[in-house]
Amino acid sequence: MTPSGKPDLSVSIWRGGADGAYRTYSVPSRDSQTVLDVVTYVQRHLDPTLSYRFACRVGMCGSCAMTVNGRPRWTCRTHVSRVAKGDKLTVGPLENLPVVKDLATDMRPFFEKWQDAKGVFEPSKTRDDAIEPIRPDTRQRQLADAGVECINCGVCYAACDTVKWNTDYLGPAALNRAWTLANDVRDAGQTERLQAVASGGGCHACHSHQSCQEHCPQTLNPTASIAGLKRLTALAYLRGEIEA
Amino acid sequence: MSVGALSRRRNALWYAALVHRLSGLGLAVFLPLHFLTLALAVEDGARLDGFFRFADMPAVKLGETGLVFLLAVHFLGGLRILFVENFTWRGNQAKLASAAGGLAMLLAFVFLIRVL
Ligand code: SF4
Ligand code: SF4
Ligand code: FES
Repeated sequence: MTPSGKPDLSVSIWRGGADGAYRTYSVPSRDSQTVLDVVTYVQRHLDPTLSYRFACRVGMCGSCAMTVNGRPRWTCRTHVSRVAKGDKLTVGPLENLPVVKDLATDMRPFFEKWQDAKGVFEPSKTRDDAIEPIRPDTRQRQLADAGVECINCGVCYAACDTVKWNTDYLGPAALNRAWTLANDVRDAGQTERLQAVASGGGCHACHSHQSCQEHCPQTLNPTASIAGLKRLTALAYLRGEIEA
Repeated sequence: MSVGALSRRRNALWYAALVHRLSGLGLAVFLPLHFLTLALAVEDGARLDGFFRFADMPAVKLGETGLVFLLAVHFLGGLRILFVENFTWRGNQAKLASAAGGLAMLLAFVFLIRVL
């Protein structure tokens, strides 16, 4: 029982690697408590060996994502009061990524796919050229803007069943990134990028389930971005610019 | 699967994908039977008449209603996906998917009333 009179939370947290198990802790309930606060309490007061990741605590860095009561979520912006079932909370590592230990997953596959999707800006000018003005009201800039606020949290990647079934699948975040660059008129790597995202595990593997959109904490719509890539790659193929 | 693995999947669009996949499988299983019956029409008229009498049984009509539903829901759901992927994005996909399911049920119901 806490000073606020609320019963303690019963929090099950994944401990160990892939073959680990849930262990249950009792955590005092507080007002405006986030899931990250709960995990931090366990590590500071109950078990200092608990591993997890966070940095900004304000929804900007994308490092704190975990599976909370079965759903992937950013834990620093998830209030316990919104997600606890009764006084119970289950916190596990993100799905679809190898578990390093406890709540920390190995994000390498996620970021490697970001590279595979050519999610890196390819400059078309040098530092000696004048800066190219890009009007915010152009259609392409608006399309890029719609997807550009991704914080790389991996929530969509953990929510996507296609990622689970197809280990080659680049996943929603990497493809969403490719789409924002495909709409960047300053980028010089378009053909290579379209070729990369049209490959086996690319945009055409997406089933348009929209689980990624449903779970993205930034309310982005990777499904729409991937649909855009499907159209762009199909057109590029018809024009003979990329190969099947 | 981890704890509550299904809980996050409980949304209309995930079910739409599931229904689309299952209805596709159902239709794929039905199709060879359909062609077999068509073959009877060419090869053996008497057996075809026998099949028609069998197909008049209410239980078979109920099965056919199910097939009409599968066909309608697969067709309408497929159209929705084609629109999503080939034209400018529109919101409200969950509502559209539910509407496709509802319309398919209505079509199957109308079929049932007409054949009974
Ligand atoms: S829409 Fe595509 S990327 Fe998003 S969850 Fe579904 S399959 Fe994955
Ligand atoms: S698209 Fe959304 S859910 Fe996916 S990594 Fe970016 S911010 Fe996270
Ligand atoms: S800690 Fe940075 S987004 Fe949660």
